[in-house]
Amino acid sequence: MSELLQFLFSGLTVGAVYALVALGFTIIFNASGVVNFAQGEFVMLGGMITVFAHAAGLPLPLAALIAIAVTAGVGVALNQLAIEPARGAPVVSLIIITIGASIFIRGAAQLVFDKQIHSFPAFSGTEPIHVLGATIQSQSLWVIGGAFAVFAGLWLFFTRTLLGRAVLATSNNRLAAQLVGINTRFIMTLSFALSAAIGAFGGVLVTPITLTSYDVGLALALKGFAGAMLGGMGNPKGAFVGGLMLGLLESLTAGYLSSQYKDAAAFVVILAVLFFMPQGLFGRKSTERV
Amino acid sequence: MSQKHATLLVLAALIALSPLFFPSGYYYRIGALMFVNALAVTGIVILTGYAGQISLGHAGFAGIGGYACALAPVHWCLPPALAVVLGAAISAVLAWLVGRPILRLKGYYLGVASLGFGILVAMVLNNERWLTKGPDGIEVPDLGLRGLLKDVGLDLSNGEFWYGLTGIALLVGAWLALNLYHSPTGRALRALHGSEVAAGTVGIDVARVKLQAFVISAVYASVAGSLLALQNKFITPDVAGFMHSIEMVTMAVLGGVGSVPGAVIGAGILTLLPQVLTVFADYEQVILGLVMMLVMIFLPQGLVPSVLRKLRGKDE
Repeated sequence: MSELLQFLFSGLTVGAVYALVALGFTIIFNASGVVNFAQGEFVMLGGMITVFAHAAGLPLPLAALIAIAVTAGVGVALNQLAIEPARGAPVVSLIIITIGASIFIRGAAQLVFDKQIHSFPAFSGTEPIHVLGATIQSQSLWVIGGAFAVFAGLWLFFTRTLLGRAVLATSNNRLAAQLVGINTRFIMTLSFALSAAIGAFGGVLVTPITLTSYDVGLALALKGFAGAMLGGMGNPKGAFVGGLMLGLLESLTAGYLSSQYKDAAAFVVILAVLFFMPQGLFGRKSTERV
Repeated sequence: MSQKHATLLVLAALIALSPLFFPSGYYYRIGALMFVNALAVTGIVILTGYAGQISLGHAGFAGIGGYACALAPVHWCLPPALAVVLGAAISAVLAWLVGRPILRLKGYYLGVASLGFGILVAMVLNNERWLTKGPDGIEVPDLGLRGLLKDVGLDLSNGEFWYGLTGIALLVGAWLALNLYHSPTGRALRALHGSEVAAGTVGIDVARVKLQAFVISAVYASVAGSLLALQNKFITPDVAGFMHSIEMVTMAVLGGVGSVPGAVIGAGILTLLPQVLTVFADYEQVILGLVMMLVMIFLPQGLVPSVLRKLRGKDE
């Protein structure tokens, strides 16, 4: 029982980060129809910038804020310089642009920072918490709580604010949104900034647990992508649940079956889900018009 | 002379004449690497260019082809040349089994499913140490063909031999791909690329034709993986990794995914680029990422179609 609880908690922690990456994917996908493979680099930037700002003497909260703001700026630059100019390009070309961007950001991070592994202190000490025989790092609670807070915030933003509804309108039909006076260019910029900030936030939260270095982004991008697809692309609820499920699956597989094949379980489940539900768990069925 | 024959002739002439300008033996090796990559990318052209299906896991098949050459000669005493065939056969069967369910998916969903397949293959190669010796890689036996040629009086250096062999393999691969383009299957593939529903209504068995394209492209990737392993006499699980899959797709799209010449040029450029970029040491990744983005932003159709369009525009 305590063992299971332990696996569930570590799964939820990892899953919360995947969920944040998957949410970032979803926001950009909805706004622009692009799957942004550079999403994992936002998480890396969040962690790395915080590390170096903190090392330069800034207090941790301020360093984290700067990291999130800078990463949001990188997201906006990505949209303006690489995605917007390629509007209308084939899907494969867009995939390669974002993978190129991810390689570029990784290379730049390696130049600006270094190739070492870094961390900074956990937010509320390293004293572990004991629950029913399981041991939980207090930072895990920050990660899980942070992910749920972001999800709740996004839900409020998309359902309760005019701006959020403008984003939804743009993702439903760009032209129609323009016709009712929505500045879709601004919505695109906003979506990239929001998505990058969420990624960076995830990076800030998880770095005390998993550590960070310039090359952690790709694996996270793949997991987040898989989580988003598992839930059904374009659906924020699906992305959140998909990411959490992926983390739980990994941790349970590592615990009970084989730690070497923990990534395999995730992809086997995704293949199985897509086999029975080609649109993912929460995706809507779409029909092709000729 | 048809466009097909012209393409093949130009390709053959380039392969045959380039060595005249090689300043050193090292360039034979680069050339051979280029041809192996171009062969794998030709498979991507069939799948993505002809049929419009995305695969982000094709390196998995290259891994199978490569490890078949490393393992079959040692464990089953199979001659390495037959191991290439065995690898291709295993890849074809796997592609058929995997392709049936996943090719029902579209766009990004197909992307993530194929990605999953590739990652599974890479994971098995990394983890089953008793068989594959794990992430450090494994030695691959000699093909033995160079020795045979020497016995009949044709004494080639290792570089020359692999340059010639991979060049011939690429020519055969390109010839088959060009034939396929003009065959009923090729036309069916191009039709379903336009619209699957429309292709279905004119009597094309969409699922079957898509599966054929997937299996054929898997065999291309597998043979390319085998040739790479035999040439290097060594292979690591990286050959099946995600970045290799991406590299294949990037080469195809960079050159122009619809055409075989595009595949060759894309593979050529992206094989040369890292060799050139080693001069820049730490800046290598930044430049590589920048080149990928710039080409796709300014030439979203790829180099060959974009340049052709420019040339034709001038004629008018």
